[in-house]
Amino acid sequence: MKKSIEKILQNRELNLVGLIIILLILVTIRSPRFLELRNVERIVNDTAILIMVAAGQFLVILTGGIDLSVGSTIAFSGMAASMLNEAYPAMPVYLILLIGVLVGTALGAFNGSCVAFGKIPPIITTLGTMSIFRGFTFVLSKGQWVTAHEMTSAYTMIPRGRLFGIPNLTTWAIFIFIIMYYFVKYTRHGREIYAIGGNKTAAHFVGVSEKKVNFMVFTISGALCGLAGVMWTARYAAAVNETATGFELQTVAACVLGGVSIAGGSGTITGVLLGALFLGIINNALPVVNLSPFYQMAIQGFIVLAAIVANVLMEQRNEKKLLNRRRQ
Amino acid sequence: MSDKLKHVSQSRLINETSFKERLIETVTKWEFILIVLFAGVVIFFSNASPYFLNYFNLMNTTFNFMEKAIMALPMIFVIMCGDIDISVASILALSSFAMGHASAAGAGTPEIILIGLCVGMVCGIFNGLLITGLKIPAIAVTLGSQSLFRGISQAILGDQAYTQYPESFAYFGQGYVGDTLIPFELVLFLILAAVMGFILHKTSYGRKLYAVGNSATAARFSGVPVARIRFTNMVLNGLFAGIAAVLLTSRIGSTRPNIANGWDMEAITLVVLGGVSISGGKGNIFGVIIAIFLLGYLKFGMGLLNISARSMIIITGFLLIAAVLIPEMLGRFKAKRKLMKQQA
Repeated sequence: MKKSIEKILQNRELNLVGLIIILLILVTIRSPRFLELRNVERIVNDTAILIMVAAGQFLVILTGGIDLSVGSTIAFSGMAASMLNEAYPAMPVYLILLIGVLVGTALGAFNGSCVAFGKIPPIITTLGTMSIFRGFTFVLSKGQWVTAHEMTSAYTMIPRGRLFGIPNLTTWAIFIFIIMYYFVKYTRHGREIYAIGGNKTAAHFVGVSEKKVNFMVFTISGALCGLAGVMWTARYAAAVNETATGFELQTVAACVLGGVSIAGGSGTITGVLLGALFLGIINNALPVVNLSPFYQMAIQGFIVLAAIVANVLMEQRNEKKLLNRRRQ
Repeated sequence: MSDKLKHVSQSRLINETSFKERLIETVTKWEFILIVLFAGVVIFFSNASPYFLNYFNLMNTTFNFMEKAIMALPMIFVIMCGDIDISVASILALSSFAMGHASAAGAGTPEIILIGLCVGMVCGIFNGLLITGLKIPAIAVTLGSQSLFRGISQAILGDQAYTQYPESFAYFGQGYVGDTLIPFELVLFLILAAVMGFILHKTSYGRKLYAVGNSATAARFSGVPVARIRFTNMVLNGLFAGIAAVLLTSRIGSTRPNIANGWDMEAITLVVLGGVSISGGKGNIFGVIIAIFLLGYLKFGMGLLNISARSMIIITGFLLIAAVLIPEMLGRFKAKRKLMKQQA
């Protein structure tokens, strides 16, 4: 019995599940309608974009890098797709969706080339492209917005339509989650990402190309941002220049909450999913428990810090245990 | 073995005395490239606009970037040691909030300033304790504290703002030194830069910063108190964010929760553009100072030509990437040259 409790305490994902359940119970006590099916569906749907982008961020962080340009990539590809929709209303929306993804992929590939071939540290590359992509969004749009009545209804229905009663946006997030789960766990390239993040030198000696992996993770992250950009502009039926400003920190926070090590090499996509859901629940719970939305930022910051500290303390405790066991 | 060493040292001696070699060494330095860029900016804009080379304008426009410049100074130390702090703008916001609160409660100018500086330092201590005490990566800690610090001021202020400050408080962000046209902010920056430059280049603390940046493990084994140095860096960063908070609050005369939003990235940009390596152990204060004025006057000049700030951020982004890419490529070029010479 004690051993199984110990095991649960050591499992990062189960910890988060426990935390989420406690959080849900606390909120539901204050407002019993929080756990109604409609509200749960809304929370998941609100978090879907975060899940997609955090999945890409997860891969980048696994290699020991960071992608600060996700917000700007979302803004640019979303703006490009919306303007395309405005200019050619007859164009099939799924073609536009594909173009949006391709635009994001191209931006991600630019990041990837800088990191892989230019040997520029990821944080500098993406700090730079964060400004560059945002600037090009303004240049592309000439500072104008694309508003709801300029978009076709087919475009705004991409995330809103329903399949088997589930909103498309949620379906997309689940789809991406499953692919990503398979990718990092069972494919060769997925395992290579862990190898690079765990120990670059060792990975090099067993024949893993660091250049290729770095290029790949940034390109995937860009592609997911492209998808998220189309979803974002279509869902809120507006493409503005400030779309997703500061979103990069939310995605990093979701990863860190989910137990992904910022130094690279460890973490699971399930953890990221739970981390993103945790953030989504908090954002949705604040108005329900009558807390002013102005508290959101402070609470989020506090929780991220608390989660990191708890994670580190737990790790240090486990290490000590292992050490003691070895001594015996 | 010793013969080989002798040979190498002799060939280096010859290389260093050759004028051509020295010229190549100088023009391929990043600081030199920055100076050329700066000269280019001055020449271009003074031809493009008659209002650029105007003493009054050149002095007054420094108001726009001195607070960021002051935040960039201790950031050199932080980045030099391989850490990063993305919470400085939030520290500024919290510090400014505390000053506004104190002012509303009837505090005088000296108390307000003291409170601003103390809040900055406490925030720095908070970051430093988490980073060195619990051994958490700096980016993870400051990612959290970025939301926390700004969030606290937002939670309490909401959509309100503090706008009541004593009259004498306005001097720090708006005043000039004596009867001259030199802004107090500029003078304060130059003094602080001189102090920080002295610490970096002329004291043992500065040498230790380079040691920690090159290899924290090696530094630790040589008796450098790595944890204490990284902690001190974070506290300095907090303190300077407090100083910037005093200046900015005094200059705009109000405190809103979104004050200085995104400035942490700008401070980091200045440092990296100045040639300080994010992987630690490389850089100097002169590069950063040139970078500060380069970007500041570039922004001013583009403003004169009615070019929007939106295009400006594209240039900043490319400069940032170039700041790392060009020295890297020059380094490869130099290594290749050396190799060819040795083979010849």
